[in-house]
Amino acid sequence: MSTKMRVEIAQEIAPEIKVRLSCPAPLPARDTVLLGHGSGGKLSAELLRDIFLPAFQNPALSRLDDQAIVNVNGQRLAITTDSFVVKPLFFPGGDIGSLAVHGTVNDLAMGGATPLFLSAAFIIEEGFSMDDLRRVTNSLRLAAATAGVPVVTGDTKVVEKGKGDGLFITTTGIGLVLDGVDLSADRARPGDKVLLSGSIGDHGIAILAQREGLEFETRIVSDSSALHTLVARMLGSDGTRGIRCMRDPTRGGVSSTLNEIAERSQVGIELEESSLPVHEEVRGACELLGLDPLYVANEGKLIAIVAPGAAAAVLQAMRSHPLGNEAVIIGTVNNENANLVTMRTPLGTSRVVDMLAGDQLPRIC
Amino acid sequence: MKYLDEYRDSRIARALAAEIELATTQSWVLMEICGGQTHTIMRYGIDELLPRGIELVHGPGCPVCVTPLETVDKAIALALRPDVIMVSYGDMLRVPGSHSDLLRAKAQGADVRIAYSPTEAVKIARANPDRKVVFLAIGFETTAPANAMAAWQARREGLTNFSLLVSHVLVPPAIRALMASSSNRVQGFIAPGHVCTVMGCREYEALVSDFQIPIVVGGFEPVDILESVSMLVRQLETRGARLENQYVRSVNLQGNVPAQAIMVEVFHIADQKWRGIGPIPSSGLRLRDEYAAYDADRVFDLGEMTVDEPAECISAQVLQGLKKPTDCAAFGMRCTPENPLGAPMVSSEGACAAYYHYRRHAVAK
Repeated sequence: MSTKMRVEIAQEIAPEIKVRLSCPAPLPARDTVLLGHGSGGKLSAELLRDIFLPAFQNPALSRLDDQAIVNVNGQRLAITTDSFVVKPLFFPGGDIGSLAVHGTVNDLAMGGATPLFLSAAFIIEEGFSMDDLRRVTNSLRLAAATAGVPVVTGDTKVVEKGKGDGLFITTTGIGLVLDGVDLSADRARPGDKVLLSGSIGDHGIAILAQREGLEFETRIVSDSSALHTLVARMLGSDGTRGIRCMRDPTRGGVSSTLNEIAERSQVGIELEESSLPVHEEVRGACELLGLDPLYVANEGKLIAIVAPGAAAAVLQAMRSHPLGNEAVIIGTVNNENANLVTMRTPLGTSRVVDMLAGDQLPRIC
Repeated sequence: MKYLDEYRDSRIARALAAEIELATTQSWVLMEICGGQTHTIMRYGIDELLPRGIELVHGPGCPVCVTPLETVDKAIALALRPDVIMVSYGDMLRVPGSHSDLLRAKAQGADVRIAYSPTEAVKIARANPDRKVVFLAIGFETTAPANAMAAWQARREGLTNFSLLVSHVLVPPAIRALMASSSNRVQGFIAPGHVCTVMGCREYEALVSDFQIPIVVGGFEPVDILESVSMLVRQLETRGARLENQYVRSVNLQGNVPAQAIMVEVFHIADQKWRGIGPIPSSGLRLRDEYAAYDADRVFDLGEMTVDEPAECISAQVLQGLKKPTDCAAFGMRCTPENPLGAPMVSSEGACAAYYHYRRHAVAK
């Protein structure tokens, strides 16, 4: 369509005002990878759908859970892998080393697996400080030892200066799924309760507060921690058979995780805004920066979808564990609005909790 | 959180809604100017709490949405120059230009950085004397003083590698243009509290007397919005046309005098084009000649930009309160936050994005 014709149409739509519609043409299909493709939001889902899933199609992968579960000689083995590109490398409450252990241990635990072994691969940029490397390695060692999951193999690559951002770490973990445990994002049913193990947004805000250009003073500490003992406590409770699914709401936050579950299970989920636990300092930082804590990353929290009859027992088990002592029920699964996460606001009205397209961008004012 | 929770209190909000219901005897069309207010209305479902007769239409007060396409194209062109570091408020990065956006430019290798404050950009210029640092200085009267301060500081320090790409807009001329339009439906305005915190509210007295229309300077929390609506309805129902201040905890008559002084020192008032609305006389700010060396439009030879415009986006009418985002055939289908046709679908303060993020379920029903 010619520009002239467009302007004429524009004037036809709004003949009474002399307006030139100045809106841009739709952008061409994506031909490059954007940062948002790594955000855990809709762009990441697009990448999976269009590039990776068609390439590797198999039943274990298509479950799209945080870990794959495969049968080996009658045993159910859980496998997961995760790359860590966090910046800054050291932050209040942890560093890239401890995070690399916690992230992978948690991905195994969310499948109901007992984590057994880890591998760690380091991609190091030429010129990286040997002291920092020692510090990170020591922290990774300590986190693995505390979790009781040894690092049994690894790899090291060094790339030219300018070809990496200091240090990237990839960890892979394997574990065994306990008998009788079957957790998956497609198992949520109307009436189920949504349980959250504690306050949200701590990790993301702790990291953001350290970023160049955004330094602000805060006592917020990352919640980075290994959740497998909390999971074991939940699976050992009277409510264990009612646990349908567990997820750790890392990048993309609680909102992305719940949207994924709603989509996989073809259900709706309604949250109660007033029940969401957010530390005062995180709330303050989010207000200031124009961010919504529902989209901010966590590294030591889990969400469990639990059958209504089992919710109280599972909640009690969570609260008896130090990593779950602030656990709460934040919502309910429903059969209205399939595929949609909604939230009851304090005013009694309802709104959609959308999955973001890419990263949450700080707003202007 | 102090000074926040009391303005989100559901009991106060409901009492105000009941008060409005009682006072309303006929239909009224009210416009909130600021995108931040639109965001609150959608996020908390304020319109659901109001009686049928009260229609809220959304104004042109989203700074990202009204920044002309040419400015976005210029910013992208500058960002792609290897000698330039482009610094911007976060939510400008995804705004589509004619053929690209700043996030894509970044993916192509452009050095694009997010800042919360223009003084961060001055810091970047200081640290990179061999690069040209351009700050994308957009926004209303709220961001103008800080942007002016950045230019003032750069000039005082004698920095030669810092400039502003300016696209500043002013609220009162926009209200005047809306009121003067033959298609205007608005019978009362909620004026933007943050703009008035800087500018005071004297400027709005002339609008009230020229157009005999009630204006209430309002805040941004649910209770603020409801109280502002209540004040407007009471005036309208008694044929009043006065300027009232709901946002007394932040706004007074004269505003922030030092902030106004730095604006006057650095900027002069000029005609300005608004994306979606078109040119409005004396509605923008340009750098004064003394600051020519800090004006990216004069420092770089950008030439004339020809912009490409599609017909489908109705943001022109949306930004003037003539149509609701959901009146658009492309809404939620061909126009989503992942693939926006127009800027109001990008910014968190854009009316289309607010509807999409928070109210899709209501639309579907």
